[in-house]
Amino acid sequence: MSIWEYANPTRFMQTSGKLLPLVSVLSFACLIVGLVWGFFFTPDDYRQGSTVKIIYLHVPSALMAINAWMMMLVASLIWLVRRHHVSALAAKAAAPVGLAMTLIALITGAIWGEPMWGTYWAWDPRLTSFLILFLFYLGYMALWAAIENPDTAADLTSILCLVGSVFALLSRYAVNFWNQGLHQGASLSLDKEENVADVFYFPLLVSIAGFVLLFLALVLLRTRSEIRLRRASALISRERLS
Amino acid sequence: MIALLQRDLKLAIRAGGGFGLGLAFFLILVVLVPFGVGPNSDILSRIAPGILWVGALLSCLLSLDRIFQLDYEDGTLDLLATAPLPLEAAATLKALSHWLVTGLPLTLAAPLLGVLLNMPSEATLWLVASLALGTPALSMLGTFGAALTVGLKRGGLLISLLVLPLYMPTLIFGAEAVRRGTEGLPTGTALAFLAAITAGCAALLPFASAAALRMNLR
Amino acid sequence: MNFSVENLACRRGDVTVLTGVTFSVAEGEALVLRAPNGAGKTTLLRCLAGLTPPVSGALHFSPEDVAYAAHADGLKAQLSVEENLQFWADIFGTRDIAPAVDAFELSSLLSRRAQDLSAGQKRRLSLSRMVLTGRAIWALDEPTVSLDVENVARFSSAVTRHLAQGGSAVLATHIDLGLPTARTLDLSPFRAISQDAPSDDPFLDGAFQ
Repeated sequence: MSIWEYANPTRFMQTSGKLLPLVSVLSFACLIVGLVWGFFFTPDDYRQGSTVKIIYLHVPSALMAINAWMMMLVASLIWLVRRHHVSALAAKAAAPVGLAMTLIALITGAIWGEPMWGTYWAWDPRLTSFLILFLFYLGYMALWAAIENPDTAADLTSILCLVGSVFALLSRYAVNFWNQGLHQGASLSLDKEENVADVFYFPLLVSIAGFVLLFLALVLLRTRSEIRLRRASALISRERLS
Repeated sequence: MIALLQRDLKLAIRAGGGFGLGLAFFLILVVLVPFGVGPNSDILSRIAPGILWVGALLSCLLSLDRIFQLDYEDGTLDLLATAPLPLEAAATLKALSHWLVTGLPLTLAAPLLGVLLNMPSEATLWLVASLALGTPALSMLGTFGAALTVGLKRGGLLISLLVLPLYMPTLIFGAEAVRRGTEGLPTGTALAFLAAITAGCAALLPFASAAALRMNLR
Repeated sequence: MNFSVENLACRRGDVTVLTGVTFSVAEGEALVLRAPNGAGKTTLLRCLAGLTPPVSGALHFSPEDVAYAAHADGLKAQLSVEENLQFWADIFGTRDIAPAVDAFELSSLLSRRAQDLSAGQKRRLSLSRMVLTGRAIWALDEPTVSLDVENVARFSSAVTRHLAQGGSAVLATHIDLGLPTARTLDLSPFRAISQDAPSDDPFLDGAFQ
């Protein structure tokens, strides 16, 4: 059996129906463990004090903000190349979740920025690129909302997602060139553990796992709703025809 | 192929609003700025290059929804899609004619409007150079946005939402080139990026635009 | 030129409206489509012109050979009749607009702007474009709308001439054009009726719960 059989709506509904409760429970477990551990059982940073603890929300949401777009890009490509409807609907379903993640990253960043840099907002390259990413999400969702025919909407938003990805990446380099910012360098990488001490690192990994699972659960849930919507409208238009 | 370009230019001149509208909007925008930030010439001369770049960008935006909409409404686009001219070529020519009607006049008018904003004279050269390199990319991205929204009744506002994020790299490198040029810093990187964006757009976007048009005509 | 379609299913928007359309048209022959409004004449013609890809079935010809005339005239109001024609002649690479002008007697209107033409004159101008395309298959959607009797005759003779030169045509029309080699195809039997309509919509899958 090939993996593409899951692209059939019926098949997808069966599988995702079983998967969804599992993913949701795992996600909540990871989030609770990660956040409680991070907030209450890690020491304060010697320079940043307790403000540093916002990383357990900030870093995972920022990661997912980018990964959600990546997932939309892959799903759009699958739709354009293989025309699997579920893929297009999954991309549509992921967009609002990605938008929310971007917003969380921006807001937690502002809250963290105030004690650290003395300002809620600075035109720092990373902040700026997340703001630009936010606008890309808005445009993508607006295009989905504006087009009536679902297949045409899927086609056009997929193309927008492809072109948008190139320009989002380009914007990232452009803002780097435009303003060397305040942000600390990547504080998390899997091979260099020198950046973050272990005490912060492990609860952070658990939070990230929680966010990844949360994203998965939300996308599954929303994709299922989208499939039901398509099913309903397909039935309605068939009724109208007879 | 030249026929489509000639026709579009002819229509832009005859239908009115083509050449004039973008330029007039650009002028008004530049006139509004001193009222907003005050008449202090130091401040104005510092922000002049940025204002002129943002102004040029917004003026480009103004006429985007007309690129395909009129042809779509009167049925010409259907006929063009069945004509021997590939839609990719049609999209390129549409972008070119949009640039000739808006981008080029804006580039030429920018130094004159710079005078209104006390723009330092050494900035003029860099402004014209960066606009000349960057505005074709704006027209091509705009054509792509217009192709995406051609089937929609009120696509005008949506185009702005789709196209403005795509405009950002061009704006950043364009305005940065002028800023660095004015301060006597090297501008090579910014101008090279600007040229690269325009070249990349010219190479790839016609395919995206044509694909979007075909999907919209289905 | 001979052409045929086989077991064609066409869609309008996301609804399949025609299924199992099979016909062939010989060189010099005209096929007149008859069907009530909304039955899918325009849908079929757009499919033949290559604008809408078929849901299923095969087209045994290249859309490159089809010249399509839609409901809309596709004229530019600000351009003169001559400029409108010259534009399409350049696009189709035929350059010479004289045959089109002669066929629809447009010579007295050449310098007039399209916005100053009457509806019937616009229609004539729009139809004369078919002559310019130099393509073998004409696909015409309600070509005679707003034409008077005299101009309907003019149009018929243009089509007849095209057929005599080895072309062929598919027309959706309600009136009898008096074409010598016309054959009528009733689209009603091909209308897609709810349950048995083939659909590539996986959301209509019966097993779906």
